Amino acid sequence: MMEGSSIGIEHFVTVSAILFVLGVLGIFLNRKNVIVILMAIELILLAVNINLVAFSAFMGDLVGQVFAMLVLTVAAAEAAIGLAVLVIYFRNRGTIAVDDAKQMKG
Amino acid sequence: MQSIHFIVFLPFLAAIVAGLGNRMLGNVISKSITTAALFIAAGLSWPIFIGFLTGDAEAAVVPVLKWVESGTLTFDWALRVDTLTAVMLVVITSVSALVHLYSWGYMDEDPDQPRFFAYLSLFTFAMLMLVTADNLVQMFFGWEGVGLASYLLIGFWFKKPTANAAAIKAFVVNRVGDLGFMLGIFGTFVVFQTTSIPEILEAAPAMSGSTIGFLGYRLQTMDILCILLFIGAMGKSAQLGLHTWLPDAMEGPTPVSALIHAATMVTAGVFMVCRLSPMFEAAPIALGVVIFVGAATCFFAATIGTTQWDIKRVIAYSTCSQLGYMFFAAGVGAYGAAMFHLFTHAFFKALLFLGAGSVIHAMHHEQDMRYYGNLRKHIPITFWAMMAGTLAITGVGVLYVFGFAGFYSKDAILEAAYARGTGLSNFAFWMGAVAALLTSFYSWRLMFLTFWGKPRWIESEHIQHSVHKTPEEAGEDTTGGYHPHESPMSMLIPLGVLTIGAVFAGFVFKDGFIDGEAFWAGSIYFNAELIHALHVVPYWVKLTATFVMVLGFLTAVYAYLIKPDLPAKFVEQFRFIHQFVFNKWYFDELYDRIFIRPAFWFGRKFWKWGDVGTIDRFGPDGAAWLVQRGALVAKKVQTGYLYSYALIMLIGVVAAITWVLF
Amino acid sequence: MVGFPILTTMLLVPLIAAIACFFLEAKAARQTALVATLINLALGILLWAKYEIGGPQWQFVEEAPLFAGFSYALGIDGIALMLIVLSVFLMPICILASWEGIKTRVGEYMAAFLIMELLMVGVFAAQDIFLFYIFFEAGLIPMYLIIGVWGGANRIYASYKFFLYTLLGSVLMLIAMFWMVNEAGSSSIPALMQYDFEPGAQTWLWLAFFASFAVKMPMWPVHTWLPDAHVQAPTAGSVILAGVLLKMGGYGFIRFSLPMFPEASAQFAWLVFILSMIAVIYTSLVALVQSDMKKLIAYSSVAHMAIVTVGLFAFNVQGLEGAMIVMLSHGLVSGALFLCVGVIYDRLHTREIERYGGLSINMPKYAIFFLLFTMASIGLPGTSGFVGEFLSLAGIYKVSTLVTLVCTTGIILGAAYMLYLYRRVAFGIQKNEDAAAMSDLNLREWVMLTPIAAAVLWMGVYPESFLAPMRADIAALDARVSRAAPEGDSKLKIGEPKAEAANALKHVEISEGAH
Repeated sequence: MMEGSSIGIEHFVTVSAILFVLGVLGIFLNRKNVIVILMAIELILLAVNINLVAFSAFMGDLVGQVFAMLVLTVAAAEAAIGLAVLVIYFRNRGTIAVDDAKQMKG
Repeated sequence: MQSIHFIVFLPFLAAIVAGLGNRMLGNVISKSITTAALFIAAGLSWPIFIGFLTGDAEAAVVPVLKWVESGTLTFDWALRVDTLTAVMLVVITSVSALVHLYSWGYMDEDPDQPRFFAYLSLFTFAMLMLVTADNLVQMFFGWEGVGLASYLLIGFWFKKPTANAAAIKAFVVNRVGDLGFMLGIFGTFVVFQTTSIPEILEAAPAMSGSTIGFLGYRLQTMDILCILLFIGAMGKSAQLGLHTWLPDAMEGPTPVSALIHAATMVTAGVFMVCRLSPMFEAAPIALGVVIFVGAATCFFAATIGTTQWDIKRVIAYSTCSQLGYMFFAAGVGAYGAAMFHLFTHAFFKALLFLGAGSVIHAMHHEQDMRYYGNLRKHIPITFWAMMAGTLAITGVGVLYVFGFAGFYSKDAILEAAYARGTGLSNFAFWMGAVAALLTSFYSWRLMFLTFWGKPRWIESEHIQHSVHKTPEEAGEDTTGGYHPHESPMSMLIPLGVLTIGAVFAGFVFKDGFIDGEAFWAGSIYFNAELIHALHVVPYWVKLTATFVMVLGFLTAVYAYLIKPDLPAKFVEQFRFIHQFVFNKWYFDELYDRIFIRPAFWFGRKFWKWGDVGTIDRFGPDGAAWLVQRGALVAKKVQTGYLYSYALIMLIGVVAAITWVLF
Repeated sequence: MVGFPILTTMLLVPLIAAIACFFLEAKAARQTALVATLINLALGILLWAKYEIGGPQWQFVEEAPLFAGFSYALGIDGIALMLIVLSVFLMPICILASWEGIKTRVGEYMAAFLIMELLMVGVFAAQDIFLFYIFFEAGLIPMYLIIGVWGGANRIYASYKFFLYTLLGSVLMLIAMFWMVNEAGSSSIPALMQYDFEPGAQTWLWLAFFASFAVKMPMWPVHTWLPDAHVQAPTAGSVILAGVLLKMGGYGFIRFSLPMFPEASAQFAWLVFILSMIAVIYTSLVALVQSDMKKLIAYSSVAHMAIVTVGLFAFNVQGLEGAMIVMLSHGLVSGALFLCVGVIYDRLHTREIERYGGLSINMPKYAIFFLLFTMASIGLPGTSGFVGEFLSLAGIYKVSTLVTLVCTTGIILGAAYMLYLYRRVAFGIQKNEDAAAMSDLNLREWVMLTPIAAAVLWMGVYPESFLAPMRADIAALDARVSRAAPEGDSKLKIGEPKAEAANALKHVEISEGAH
């Protein structure tokens, strides 16, 4: 292990934690646009991926990277379906503002 | 004893045929079948009775059918014939046969005659089942069966609201007594492990010192059992407290009153006490209750009898009072005298009722004696029959020579009460003596108001209706131009037969009933010492009954023949007492206040406040309300905003992880 | 017993007929249902005839293991036999009672009734505790539909109330059943009846079963579904409800609570007594003030069922046999009373007592039947009601005189409300013209009422036919529970008998000259 300036596992975990929190906040605090929510989800997934790859590299276990690839594909598919839903939603309701999507209110 | 089958079941068959055949068979056939069945039954009963009288017959039990077997509790249908039953058999079948015959005339214009005769025969069957019972449960069967028949017959004219009310009242008040009877049977079963009457009677003396728990108290076994059974007898025999149904029962047709509410059904209580006499002899406190209730009723009912205007009600209260005599006779141990009075009473009271029916028939269904008067000359046969009945009930007779039926039986009862010599029996003696005075007074009052004096017919609505005149139009002619007509032969023949009974029944049978230890042959408890003692009571005791009878007669003569305005003045003078007695000591009002109205009040409250207001409100409806309210709260969480769902999800995940990790 | 599987046939006949009814139009459905129920009646009579009195306790046993120890096991003892006979006896009458009254969805209606019959026979014949549970609970569904679809104006409320009340109790029962099967290692009812659960567990198990059976019975204070259900149900629904469904509660007590948990039963007997005493007085008084005929009879049912529960918990032969006879009798009598209400309801379409009056005049034959059933309801000796009530109360007297006294007041109150009803319906003047114009019984109604009347009288005069098959089973049950039987409060203490009779005269010297 290198001393001081070298990049350790803590840095990767910190970055991924920041990305994760950003993603989560993106879902909660965002009142404007549904696309932002989709992007926030991508951020969360990205955080997970960083974690997976980092731990895989540091622990010498390839399974982590395999999982990262799997997550990538799922994320791509999810983004595609999410955007498709969004387009349909916009066609039907003419808006993609988060505050307007409250048909489920009890 | 095979004829007992026919005696008991012929009336039943006749009732079924007449009742179900009803309008299909027509009046004459139904009436003929039922009446013929009863005459055959009566014809078969007398030989049995005479057999016991001469000592030829022996007690027997004829089994009929198994009834119930439940563990150790078993009872069967069986017909028991012994002296006591034989006495009841002749009373029931004879009076019933005569009443059937009488009803041919009395009910001639009624549209529902088959039904009436079917009920009468059904009643007779139930009464016969009662008196032939070998176990308490069959007795209860007959007991309730006569109750049913009585209910149906009182309410026979079911279009009249008063008749319906009286019918229900009779049934329900009787059921109060039956409550006691049933508890008595249960208790008897617990104590003796059987309901068979002979077995109970045999085992009873051995139980006289034992105690038993009842409602948390420890009581003398025999006393509590006998008191419970006696409550049943009080209901059926209209004793003080449970008597209120009997006067109202007069709503039924008069032949019914004669048969059921005078001669037979109401005496079932006396019969029961006599049947169970060895049991009661093991229960001194219960006997005390019997004496007290009997004596009190005897006096109480007689007082009311002196004030009533309805001819049938006077006789009804008289019946109530005479039943009191029978009970206290049984209570002091003179069961033979009680049965003797029952026997003679059946004849003269049935005669009085049927006579009253004949008067009512003659007076166009007017029952109020204020509108009678001077009928002596118009319906002489009825008059003489009623006269015989009155002489019998008041106990007219000359010691050691001859007396009418009531003379012997009532004297025997009073003498027995005196001879018994305890405080309570002396109370009964004096009560009985006063009641005898009152009996004489109200009986003669009835006779004088009905058959003597000026005719007061025109004031009666019934008569006005008949002659189409109001009192104003009639003017001086108080008859209103109405002509009472003597009843047809079918009604007069029963009167004639019963007259013979009322005149001679006492004289002929007194030795057998009162002194005949051999005659009773163990079917009742026979107290030889007491019987001996009653023959040697002082002369003033023997003459008491005659003395008060004459006194009552003279008072009635003075008040209703010599000075007819005296009663009104008397009433004026003692308004309060008269009102109290005239309103039957306010028993009906009292019961209405403390039982009937609260029952309905509680019923409504239980329903509206209990079921609807509490159980439903807090139960199912409350649960539904709670779910609805809960859903209203819960739906607030459902904002519809994605981010709040996500937040909740996150909190959930965090909570779950926290719970797993720590 | 190997041979022709009568019990399974009795389940299959209504099932096949029910499926057929779905596809048939009204007239054919009615006929199919009638034929199927009559076949079942014939099978029921065959069952009764071939039942061997004094033979093995469980007869006509059929068994086929299914999975996980759970098996399709049928078999009956005398108690179940009588209840099955009661069920199949009432069914053809119910079909006849709906012959003209039901005009919509006849096929489905008949199917519901046939399924009901299947389930009722199943409940009484089941020998596996889960099979019992399935039949017991499934019985709710057809009844729920019968009330909810073919009922009166307020039928939805009534059917939900009925369903929820009854279901609530059974959830606890199911949990208790799982626990028991786990503990005893068998789901066979005869085996469980012999298994001794430890007294501590019995308490909870008893309460769980009680929750279900008390609602079904119904006992005060969980009775309020019954008046609503009866009032809203069509006539035949009321007949089955009163006639058989209420008996399932009593059957449950007799089959589960008493033999499986004798100690707990004794421990909770006071609870049953108190609830029953309240029920007798309370519901009788409520019945007194009802203006709706069916409601009145429904309340009277609650009072009668209270006599059943006190009889059951008397822990002696008379109480148990009395309770069984009351159940059978009440099944017949209250069923018949509902039919009587149905007869006039069909003509005038109202249950208001005030709308009738003086029916003895224009409907004399109807009045006779109505009178007979009224009298049977108030327990007149000679009718079935008396035998049952008498035995029940005689049984309970040995345990508690107070309970007997209170419950016996039911005979007074019963007489009051039933005669008051009869007076307002059949007696009096014909104050309503339309009621006065009603015709007397027709042939169909004769056929419905006559067999019940005959059975009521038969059971009253010669109850031996009904008691004999049950005797051995009741005796076995009595022996089973006797170890826990509570001590009675009417203990007899023999004392020294008195030397002389009460009226023996003190002065004996007088009598010397007498003889």
